[in-house]
Amino acid sequence: MDFGRISRRHLLQGSAALTLGTAFGGRTAFAADTTIGFIYVGSRDDYGYNQAHAQGAAALKKMPGLKVVEEEKVPETDAVEKTMESMINLDGATLLFPTSFGYYNPHVIKMANKFPKIRFEHAGGLWTDKDPKNAGSYFGYIDEAQYISGIVAGYSTKSGKLGFVAAKPIPQVLRNINAFTLGAKLANPKATTQVIFTGDWSMPVKEAEATNSLIDQGVDVLTCHVDGPKTMVENAARRGAMVCGYHVNQSPLAPKAYLTGAEWNWEALYPKFVKMIAAGEAIPNFYRGGLKEEIVKVSPYGEAVSAEARKHADDIKAKLTAGTYTIFKGPIVDNKGKTVIGAGTERGQRDTELEKMDYLVEGVIGATS
Amino acid sequence: MADGTIGLWTVPLAVFGGAIRVSTPFLFVSLGECITERSGRINLGLEGTLVMGAMSAYGISYVTGSPWLGVLAAGVTGALLGALHAGICSLPRVNDIAVGIALMLFGTGLAFYLGKPLIEPTAPRLPAIDFGWWSDIAQVRAALRINVLFLIGIALAPILYWAFRTTRWGLLIRTAGESSDAARAMGYSVLAIRLRATMVGGFLAGIGGSFLSLFYPGSWNEGLSSGQGVTAVALVIFARWDPMLCMWASLAFGGAAALGPALQSVGVTSGYHLFNAAPYILTLAIMIITCSPKRTLTGAPAELSITR
Repeated sequence: MDFGRISRRHLLQGSAALTLGTAFGGRTAFAADTTIGFIYVGSRDDYGYNQAHAQGAAALKKMPGLKVVEEEKVPETDAVEKTMESMINLDGATLLFPTSFGYYNPHVIKMANKFPKIRFEHAGGLWTDKDPKNAGSYFGYIDEAQYISGIVAGYSTKSGKLGFVAAKPIPQVLRNINAFTLGAKLANPKATTQVIFTGDWSMPVKEAEATNSLIDQGVDVLTCHVDGPKTMVENAARRGAMVCGYHVNQSPLAPKAYLTGAEWNWEALYPKFVKMIAAGEAIPNFYRGGLKEEIVKVSPYGEAVSAEARKHADDIKAKLTAGTYTIFKGPIVDNKGKTVIGAGTERGQRDTELEKMDYLVEGVIGATS
Repeated sequence: MADGTIGLWTVPLAVFGGAIRVSTPFLFVSLGECITERSGRINLGLEGTLVMGAMSAYGISYVTGSPWLGVLAAGVTGALLGALHAGICSLPRVNDIAVGIALMLFGTGLAFYLGKPLIEPTAPRLPAIDFGWWSDIAQVRAALRINVLFLIGIALAPILYWAFRTTRWGLLIRTAGESSDAARAMGYSVLAIRLRATMVGGFLAGIGGSFLSLFYPGSWNEGLSSGQGVTAVALVIFARWDPMLCMWASLAFGGAAALGPALQSVGVTSGYHLFNAAPYILTLAIMIITCSPKRTLTGAPAELSITR
């Protein structure tokens, strides 16, 4: 027992010394060797969620004086605590990016309490006032990019039927489906989005079956919210349907079928974080943003996108980037006929009501349960 | 119909199409396992073999540009894993089920490790044969784009059925599976027969894996199998070690896997978790219907460690 305590104290001293060392470096802190740790729940080249974060890590690798250590496929269990501890103690990491949603509670909180000098930046937007100050949780309003995808999809569909392959009916997923549908209705008021839930984040056979079933129903533009969109993109393109991507740019997989897509822009955000730390600024513990804050972005348009669609999408994109546009603006009716956002109510991107979303808007064919 | 949609017909068509698209890995793994188990040994490691087969097929297809070489590589990888299983099991006092579980973890782990650089690239896929040329309906044509591996699998079932009954090799495998003493008395090495049977089983399971990565869903990633190898092994038990029943069971499983997404696509949205679980519910239902406390499993090879 004693041994455990002593070693923990030593470890704490060690990590404290490390942080002090970098702190004394002052403005040139990052000219000295600083180690940043990235932890991914899946494989970092999955053409999806984890690859988006790995692209952010790659952007940091290019900055001078930074050393990036990465570990993939770390489950959302005690395993992530071990990974964080070894990155801190063995690699000397002073800034950690545990990138999966389920890492936060209790694992990141526990480690942040244990290592008060180490900075933890978690992707998922879960930080609350009760949590340690050296932890933070950031997240992006990717529904803004989905809205743009929806506009492009609405112009590109011939049947007026869009398809959405989704994993689970949780608020973030529903918000993406709704934003995509509202965007499509701007372009084509009669457009509908058929949604299929596969039940989990990575189910390639189910995703392929869902894609085929949607196309059999006459859907001609598809998008998705699963961990790896590769299966959907490739299978839809093989059947001659068009696709909007998610997480990262999947256009290399289907150059002709790829219209546009909602992407994370971590390669802009992570260097920004590092510069803030180097300049001695505090990163807000609760950091969020959308197109305006460059946390999300829209894939370049594919060749199949018409000039009219480009113009409309660019117009809305400019307004969203300027922060003068609201996607969830009343009256909005759900697909059961109930008014969910009343006339005259505007729910801006930061409205926390949107994070409790449990409905699908009019025009979506599907149910949340 | 006029607008190119087929309404509720999507569901039977998707179940039919799913039976063709999704069943092939089940078919190959279950037929392979059928051979292995008829020789008196259970290879639970076929999940690992399936995933290794998928990975090596994708890798070889990507490097050489020939998907058929990929299929061959998958088969050879599977046969090697089968030989490993049989080799370890030939040692005295080794439990084949425990070795199978170890090889399942070994195969998937090794495939994930070696397959890391293969997630991103796109490898050439196996071609499909268009059997739907007679139809004007796009959905029917899509459902009838059939891969030749599926046809081989379907042909293999009656061939195995016949071979088990009438050929010398079929009888030898069954002798080894029913009574190793009898096989030994006839002057045959039971271990050698089981080694070959396990290798053939692994070969077929590897080919089943190549279908996953090279045809449908058609790319390599770590969630690709999601337990299909394990399901296929269970399928052999309720197919009563009969190759023809293995084929029908595989088709039923493929169709069941398509049911959940198809029902949602026509607007049946309640209880989709239940429909998504259809293949597993089917497994349980068949197990419950066919089990009986009064007798041992009919058709079970007497030498299997679960019946002995």
